Amino acid sequence: MRWSPSEEQDELRRTVRRFLEETSPTTEVRRLMETPEGYEPGVWKRLSQELGLPGVHVPEQYGGQGLGFAELAIVLEEMGRALLCAPYFASVALATNAILNAGTESQKAALLPALASGESIATLALTEPSGRWDLGGIELQAQRVADGFTLFGEKSFVPDGLTADRIVVAARRPKTDGREGIGLFHLRGDTAGLERRPLTTLDPTRKLARLGFRGARAEPLGEVGNAAAALEKTLDQAAALLANEMAGGAQRLLEMTVEYAKTRVQFGRPIGSFQAIKHKCADMLMSLELARSSAYYAAGCADESAKELPAVASLAKAQGSDAYLEIAAEAIQIHGGLGFTWEQDVHLYFKRAKASEVFLGDPTYHRELFAQRTGL
Amino acid sequence: MDAESVRAEVRAWLEANWSPELSLVEWRNKLADSGWGCPTWPVEWYGRGLSPSLAEVANEEFEKIGAVGTPGGGGMGLAAPTILEHGSDDLKRRLLRRIVTGEDTWCQLFSEPGSGSDLAGLTTRAELSADGDEYVVNGQKLWTTSAHHAKYGMLLARTNWDVPKHRGITYFALEMHQPGVVVKPLKQMNGHASFNEVFLNDARVPAANAIGDVGNGWTVALATLAHERRSFDVLQRAARSARGQGRAYDEQRAETTQIMAPYTWYPQRAGRADLIVERAQATGKARDPVVRQEIAKLLALARATEWTAKRARAARMAGRPPGPEGSLGKLYASEIARACSRVHTLITGTDALLSGADGPLEGVIAEILVSVPAVSIAGGTDEIQRNIVSERVLGLPKDPDIDTKKPFRDVPRNKR
Ligand SMILES: Cc1cc2nc3c(=O)[nH]c(=O)nc-3n(C[C@H](O)[C@H](O)[C@H](O)COP(=O)(O)OP(=O)(O)OC[C@H]3O[C@@H](n4cnc5c(N)ncnc54)[C@H](O)[C@@H]3O)c2cc1C
Ligand SMILES: Cc1cc2nc3c(=O)[nH]c(=O)nc-3n(C[C@H](O)[C@H](O)[C@H](O)COP(=O)(O)OP(=O)(O)OC[C@H]3O[C@@H](n4cnc5c(N)ncnc54)[C@H](O)[C@@H]3O)c2cc1C
Repeated sequence: MRWSPSEEQDELRRTVRRFLEETSPTTEVRRLMETPEGYEPGVWKRLSQELGLPGVHVPEQYGGQGLGFAELAIVLEEMGRALLCAPYFASVALATNAILNAGTESQKAALLPALASGESIATLALTEPSGRWDLGGIELQAQRVADGFTLFGEKSFVPDGLTADRIVVAARRPKTDGREGIGLFHLRGDTAGLERRPLTTLDPTRKLARLGFRGARAEPLGEVGNAAAALEKTLDQAAALLANEMAGGAQRLLEMTVEYAKTRVQFGRPIGSFQAIKHKCADMLMSLELARSSAYYAAGCADESAKELPAVASLAKAQGSDAYLEIAAEAIQIHGGLGFTWEQDVHLYFKRAKASEVFLGDPTYHRELFAQRTGL
Repeated sequence: MDAESVRAEVRAWLEANWSPELSLVEWRNKLADSGWGCPTWPVEWYGRGLSPSLAEVANEEFEKIGAVGTPGGGGMGLAAPTILEHGSDDLKRRLLRRIVTGEDTWCQLFSEPGSGSDLAGLTTRAELSADGDEYVVNGQKLWTTSAHHAKYGMLLARTNWDVPKHRGITYFALEMHQPGVVVKPLKQMNGHASFNEVFLNDARVPAANAIGDVGNGWTVALATLAHERRSFDVLQRAARSARGQGRAYDEQRAETTQIMAPYTWYPQRAGRADLIVERAQATGKARDPVVRQEIAKLLALARATEWTAKRARAARMAGRPPGPEGSLGKLYASEIARACSRVHTLITGTDALLSGADGPLEGVIAEILVSVPAVSIAGGTDEIQRNIVSERVLGLPKDPDIDTKKPFRDVPRNKR
């Protein structure tokens, strides 16, 4: 396990940060969060063509850069820091990984190059109106027809589900439950029998959609009805990656807050000279560092230790969620009345923190998973 | 030098020199002569001048064959690095070797009844004798761990009352076994007596025993405090007593018992996270969803802390400027200890009312519950650590200056 970043990783971080500082200032975030698509195609094109970001961890034979999860985690940390509005998490952290984990060789060869180059944008439709993140919550049915499969059911909370041109769907065979009979399917976003509706969300920087499947035709990924392990692995990887995205946002919040505390004067002193404020800031740094260590370690496990990944991914997700939200709440507090205004940027992060806390499963759910996965 | 040549050299030296039949002092004298006992120290002072990562390679070879190393405790952990950084060559010659060989143990005479967190407000006075050769020391120290068997004390005393408080302090190496030094054990709330009160009545210290310049003791004290914050793993390593057979091992076990006696309750003070899963399962509480949440939180905290420490160490070894990770260790330790105490109570339930032989795990749980409060006080309180983190790492403004500019004589202080 790498405990200190390599030269190349530092360079990757610098490049991505420079790019995002230019393309995703909060003025731009505020503009995009009001649009239905929620991202800027020109920026997506540049981050794909100039930096190759959608293919960072995709093996070279499928058109990617062939780096690892540690590098993908750095990219996500920076995107979380800049609050980039883009379908990156949906397409890369969720859909691409689902295809890598579940697809056959020929499916990977057919689907991944377009995703890795950013020409195609995909998402993963897992959760249903019940809001469950575990496999037992999947009720959408895949029915075998003469020459393939059709899907019936409802998906909700699908990130970038409105704009994605390809959708990976978790479904089950009729009359199965739990992990049994789980299948992953994919279809194009304009397939007949698929209805898409945008959802109004707490965090407008990450768009969610509700998808209705009314007999939409879909192709199975890999072996039919046997995708439970691949899907679980995808969710663990995604939890680890989301933890890194959250750490980036928390880091930015702490920087903004410390800067504010140094300059805002009350009672004749900068508020940062009051211990009540200083101690809050020290506590924010403490939880940030723990969250960051767990996030990095989990990303490292995604590369190097498949055995450790499930427990550690849940640990990192739970810890990252708590830390991000706690830091966001304190950031607002330290900004005083200004922190509660629309005009100040802190609330943008607060909303991302709140939404990320629930997305992919809340901290209580992940702590229980962690307990199970460590044999408690 | 690269790792492989260091490894080869240590191994060859150990093969030629290590024997469990040597007396501990004979063996440690070899360590001092060869430099392998303290590989990061300078070559002229019992070391090899190696980087921390190469020193780690040398330590690995020691561990592999189970060779005894340098002693644990405040001498190696606090006094020696301070003397190396700030002591005169004469002091290094007189004091360092006997720390390495374990013949001299040390205690830290910093805190006083009137000044703990505000260490620079200390009032123990050291006055130059008429002939100018020695200082005469008067005052009282408090909470002094291990003073009852220490050969030397790291003493902070005020030598000038007419300058601001940080500038009138001098740091001395004080011999403890002399007239005028009276050590009285002080019983702690957990029933142990590992710290003491130390009364200084006309005790003598040679002027040549000043570590650093007269009046510059504050700077030197900061060096010691920085080492103290890093010394927890040293203590833990030393506490793992040698398992081998032979004279050196026997003597080391006896030494460890003595040096470590004040620290026997330290594992309890740290909260014993290691007991928790096993206890939860044994008591059936592991099935309670609330207990499961609390255990998961605690284990996550403990593991993330460990990873954060590893990141800090890796950054140091890679020669990066120290990041925030390092300054946070003490705060994490007290957070973990408190969390442990909470979870132990949750698992133990009503039995947490009992101690000693009546208590769960023969009283260990009770001892945990009444030892944990020490972590957030000893070695600088949590509040002081938070001030340090917020000011030095985050760069927030300092507390307003009330007493650092006036001559110390005019500064308000505790009534005595
Ligand atoms: C929803 C809402 C409604 C409001 N309605 C009204 C209204 O109707 N009329 C009106 O006049 N005002 C109103 N206010 C303003 C409100 O009273 C102020 O926001 C509040 O007093 C804090 O002042 P501030 O925002 O300037 O923050 P600051 O005073 O700048 O404080 C920033 C941070 O520093 C901390 N801080 C400041 N001084 C100290 C200190 N000495 N020690 C420790 N910490 C300190 C604060 O606690 C805070 O965390 C409203 C605010 C809100 C959020
Ligand atoms: C087990 C143990 C072993 C010890 N061993 C030694 C030893 O070997 N040698 C030695 O010299 N000392 C030793 N000490 C002493 C220890 O360093 C002091 O107890 C500690 O620094 C706190 O000082 P104090 O007890 O005087 O508390 P005080 O300084 O009086 O503090 C009381 C409270 O006020 C708070 N406070 C004080 N100043 C501030 C501030 N500026 N901002 C915010 N809050 C503040 C503190 O955080 C604390 O909560 C030991 C203590 C313990 C518990």
